[in-house]
Amino acid sequence: MAYGPHTPADRQRMLSALGMTSVDELFADIPESLRSSPLRLDPPEPEQSLMARLGGLAARNRVDLASFLGAGAYRHFSPPMVDQILLRGEWYTAYTPYQPEVSQGTLQSIYEYESLIAELVGLDVVSASHYDGAAATAEAALMTCRATGRGRVLVSRAVHPHYRQVLRTYVDGAGLDVDEIPLVVAGPAGGTTDLEELARMLADADHPVAGVILAQPSFYGLLEPMAQASRRSHDAGALFVAVVEPVSLAVLAPPGGYGADIAAGEGQSLGIPPQYGGPYLGILACTEPLLRQLPGRLVGMTTDVDGKRAYVMTLQAREQHIRREKAASNICTNQTLLALAASVWLAALGPHGLRDVAAMGAAKAAELEAALAAIGVPRVHAGAYLNEFAIRVPNAAAVHRELLSRGVLAGLVVAEVVPDEPSLGDALLVCTTEITTSDEIIAFARELAGVVATLAAGVPAAEAVGAPA
Amino acid sequence: MSASGPRLQPSLFELSRPGRRQDKVPHPPADALDRIPGEHRRAGPAGLPEVNEPEAVRHFVNLSQLNHAIDTGFYPLGSCTMKWNPKVNEWAARLPGFAQLHPLVPDAVAQGTLQLLWELEQILIEISGMPAVTLQPAAGAHGELTGILMVREYHESRGDMNRTDVLVPDSAHGTNPATATMAGLRTVSIKAAKDGGIDLDAFRAALGPQTAAVMITNPSTMGLFESRIGDLVEAVHAVGALAYMDGANLNAILGRFKPGEAGFDVMHINTHKTFSTPHGGGGPGAGPVAVGEKLEPFLPAPRVLREPDGTFRLERVGERPTSIGRMRSFVGSTGVLVRAYAYLRTHGASGLAEITDDAVLAANYLKDRLADSGAYDIPFPGVCKHEFIASAMSIKKSTGVRTLDIAKRLLDHGFHAPTVYFPLTVDEAMLIEPTETESIETLDAFADALIEIAREAASDPETVKGAPHSAPVRRLDEAGAARNPNLRWRVAAGDWTPCPD
Repeated sequence: MAYGPHTPADRQRMLSALGMTSVDELFADIPESLRSSPLRLDPPEPEQSLMARLGGLAARNRVDLASFLGAGAYRHFSPPMVDQILLRGEWYTAYTPYQPEVSQGTLQSIYEYESLIAELVGLDVVSASHYDGAAATAEAALMTCRATGRGRVLVSRAVHPHYRQVLRTYVDGAGLDVDEIPLVVAGPAGGTTDLEELARMLADADHPVAGVILAQPSFYGLLEPMAQASRRSHDAGALFVAVVEPVSLAVLAPPGGYGADIAAGEGQSLGIPPQYGGPYLGILACTEPLLRQLPGRLVGMTTDVDGKRAYVMTLQAREQHIRREKAASNICTNQTLLALAASVWLAALGPHGLRDVAAMGAAKAAELEAALAAIGVPRVHAGAYLNEFAIRVPNAAAVHRELLSRGVLAGLVVAEVVPDEPSLGDALLVCTTEITTSDEIIAFARELAGVVATLAAGVPAAEAVGAPA
Repeated sequence: MSASGPRLQPSLFELSRPGRRQDKVPHPPADALDRIPGEHRRAGPAGLPEVNEPEAVRHFVNLSQLNHAIDTGFYPLGSCTMKWNPKVNEWAARLPGFAQLHPLVPDAVAQGTLQLLWELEQILIEISGMPAVTLQPAAGAHGELTGILMVREYHESRGDMNRTDVLVPDSAHGTNPATATMAGLRTVSIKAAKDGGIDLDAFRAALGPQTAAVMITNPSTMGLFESRIGDLVEAVHAVGALAYMDGANLNAILGRFKPGEAGFDVMHINTHKTFSTPHGGGGPGAGPVAVGEKLEPFLPAPRVLREPDGTFRLERVGERPTSIGRMRSFVGSTGVLVRAYAYLRTHGASGLAEITDDAVLAANYLKDRLADSGAYDIPFPGVCKHEFIASAMSIKKSTGVRTLDIAKRLLDHGFHAPTVYFPLTVDEAMLIEPTETESIETLDAFADALIEIAREAASDPETVKGAPHSAPVRRLDEAGAARNPNLRWRVAAGDWTPCPD
């Protein structure tokens, strides 16, 4: 066996100690009728061949494209020190700190993570981590129901579609209701959450609302009227949940600043590679009065019997291993290693580095907006954005496909992920970060101009393609 | 109060000095944020620590050294399968083609990962004996929720709307009852039989038209194969309910028992247990779910599909309306799944069977050594599977030393403690799972340590009760931590420097 230590003599010694001659005797307790057919799988593979196989599979993915794709997962610069820390076996081969005396490293790192995120979101209580932004948002919705005793949640249609889908799965499961708040169709506030509709939905006395969920920036990159939405929610006795992108919080108002009761979000952007979807980092934070509704682990500072400062998992009476069917959630294994990754990344960048990352993304986005405007491709919406925005391109799916063959990943074809938002049927959602280069922006605008022109002239894209850029 | 001791670390925030910075990224133009309306802007920089690279790296390296980990020593934490985490897995997950791939790229540029995921599904199908697998759930408990939501959807799709009960043995992991609640169902807890196994009569009495599912961990959390499982599954199906298998203990049955062949309808698999993906100090995991034909239509979306031409693609939005929906964003914890795939390929059919054989052999050897010593109670003395229960009941009676004390004293011997006080059904329980990757010398040394501690409990109980003595800290004030929660560092005003731009 690849990693097993036992020699035939070792196995023999253990069997003899047990008074047995064959390991099969250890499985005599499996009734004959339940014994399985043999495993039909390939033979074992030596490490050298395995590495060649894996290298071959990885090479079949294309990661060399000029990418303008964000939509909930963002590429950022990660200093080499981050991964070198993460590769220490003391971090990644430990488990949940059930024995705190020999787990102070993990415990202190979680406490520091809680503290760093608390600074970013402006809320005092931060869970040790959830699976991802979508699951954290769903848990936030369930928290609002527990805290208010109400059974209806409102979520803006400008929240990430995957988050809304996961929210529906969770909320349906718990026998609660979720309704979506429509977007303003046009005008200066086009694409943002419709506050008048929100007010109308909140006023339905027969269906009192537990929580209202908006994202900042929204899925479409727009800055939402969080303060107004928060105020209106509170006026109706509902809690307000902000879905946030943590890098943006270096420059945008924190949820605590506009009265959010809960912040949820995807921590992947804090230096965690995109990895085709995970493992990611679900951020979940709340105000102190909601502490006992918060699902997941919490680490607190305490002392040992000698008075030394130490850290420990605390308030576990909320959790499944103590409360069983009465627990706040069934979460057990979480994303601790990713929380550590975020902490090390934040420590490497510091407050000014983080601000630079966020501001550089915004600067590149303005550069992209100007370059696209120059070729006649406008933004869909008029409102303020940070580093991601929607553009209107006729025949968006075909244009996207054609640009891909020219080495440009032109963001997201919105209709493929959000088929039920007719006003965005011909939109691409594009994003920049500090690693986007001016050359990539120039190439994007040049190729897009060419593709749009040939499509407009009625030439099938495939025939119109010249030499690849 | 201050940090002390040679290895304890001040908090990252205490290392911070205004102006101590790292130039990791270029400065943006000064007007980069001018177009953001003031109402949306943050007033000042977040109060994050300012540390330079050497200070930050030393901080995290020194912290890491306060941890016990598989890489540093034996970790017999029952029910968690703390086996070796192969280094090649870490290499694989970091290949740029895997790590840098965005989850929303067109299928055409993700063929390598999609193929890997599809092949992994086929391997798990073979291991589970079930026809279909979803890789989407992010952890075991998340897989449980996925499975039970599918069960609910199945009953409702047949117009069978009154199935409210989930039957769970009282020895189950806490996640089982918590999952039932999250899925809007009621938990009915069933007491175990005297021999530690399923009490078939008690289950039969609780089964009925109101039963949605039965959740069974097999082998059980006592490390015992549920020999009456065939009759139970039959009884469950006879009342129209479905059988869920908690696959936490899959390490004990690879190649010996396929839950699908035994009639189970759904199970989850913890890749971070059986398939060696690292536990990460608490996570990440991944919790693939295998299902029988009845539940296949309800699998979460998107599934990975293979086209007739041999290419791979993800299901499109709304392509399969019977799906329970999404359980998380994007596809799944692909980086974890790459590691599991590497492990499964490394072992193949014969290697996987050997894993189970060696894990069960090691557990029985260790159990036998402790039983022979007479130092501990062994409530279920027959053959165990991958783990077993020892108890300090008699030691407690004669010396006042409890399981908790013994667990802490083990830390002084350089071992991580077993899982303690679980399952809840055995007094002073220690659930010991050695795994297949520990040598006979380690197993012997661990047994010797436990036997020595039992002797010490009689001769010098106070030393045991005061343990640990050599860990970085001694026992903690857990009650105080809960009474006055201190859950974050408070940055004093003026600790940060205003941004120079």
